[in-house]
Amino acid sequence: MELRVQLVAIVAAVGLLLFVLELVRRRRLLERYALLWLFSGLSLLVLAVWKGLLQIVADAIGIFYPPSALFVIAFGFILVLLLHFSLAVSRLADQNRMLAQRLALVEQRMRRRERIPGVAHEDATVTADVVEQPAPRS
Amino acid sequence: MQGAPTRLAVVPAYNESATILDVLRRMREEAPDYDVLVVDDGSTDRTAELAESAGAEVLRLPFNLGIGGAVQAGFVFASENGYDYMVQVDGDGQHDPAELARLTAAMDGDRTLDMVCGSRFLEQSDYRAPVTRRTGIHIFAFLLSRISGERITDPTSGFRLYNKRAISLFARDYPHDYPEVEAVLMVHFHQLEMKEVPVRMFQRGGGVSSISSGKSIYYMVKVLLAIFIGLARARPVVRPGDDAPVAATHGL
Repeated sequence: MELRVQLVAIVAAVGLLLFVLELVRRRRLLERYALLWLFSGLSLLVLAVWKGLLQIVADAIGIFYPPSALFVIAFGFILVLLLHFSLAVSRLADQNRMLAQRLALVEQRMRRRERIPGVAHEDATVTADVVEQPAPRS
Repeated sequence: MQGAPTRLAVVPAYNESATILDVLRRMREEAPDYDVLVVDDGSTDRTAELAESAGAEVLRLPFNLGIGGAVQAGFVFASENGYDYMVQVDGDGQHDPAELARLTAAMDGDRTLDMVCGSRFLEQSDYRAPVTRRTGIHIFAFLLSRISGERITDPTSGFRLYNKRAISLFARDYPHDYPEVEAVLMVHFHQLEMKEVPVRMFQRGGGVSSISSGKSIYYMVKVLLAIFIGLARARPVVRPGDDAPVAATHGL
């Protein structure tokens, strides 16, 4: 592998690693989402530094030009990361739906209590000042 | 409890201020034994205010969830308030409250039934949907009939009456985007009993259908995917103790 290609690959991998670590340090990125990025960056760094291993991998998957193998591997990591985010988005969408439904149910219950003050007062779990407040109009 | 079974009509409504009052008035006239819950699916018009002024209970979803999420909120409400029966009556006025008696009679007449669906295609009717849509409906009807072994003519009809078992099932897990077809499949997989009865439906009174013509291809593909993936599941329906659908840890 040409030295220049190797240098670029190393700098890119190190830059990615540092950037991800910095984001975690600033609490902009959760550890659970950083792990996959760190694993991807580390793997690419190892392959960029250790030319022999990259050669072996390239031969194993039938790629003549080892830096191309690096691209293929990086592409694989990106696919996994994207799928991972699709999973995360699906989960968030589902949780979001449940929260919206729950919120609507709770609001409806509150409005019903405000309409029949007697019922609210009988309920010991509701404190007086909460009940007495004028109904907020949205 | 004692006395007559409690009945709830869930009216999902998204920007239906043109028709909602009419639907509620007709519900009062034609089906006075039903409590009415309007699920306002994040409307930007006065749907919720109008429904409240007409004396209906209203669930206001903070943003638009789509018909599946809105109706599921109704299932959760029915389940938590202990209703024996729940019917879906769309806020656009295409479901005729006068036809509700047919659903109720079928449910009352057969104790084994968990879900009664109003079908537009069991009897000769003047219902005229665009050819493309009717073709889609018949494709789904054919598939579901083959899968379930029962004759299903109108799997996209939302005009359905549910008993307690069906309510608790769908409160736990109801399909998201275009739920009716998948719900038939869930009923089948969960070994609940369903039956279709003929009903008349109106063309929409106003507003915009949730399924525009441009989206119908997406609708077909999405529902077909859901059907075939549903078939591939070992246990297609989430039961208490299972992993939650997708990854949210608890169903409602």
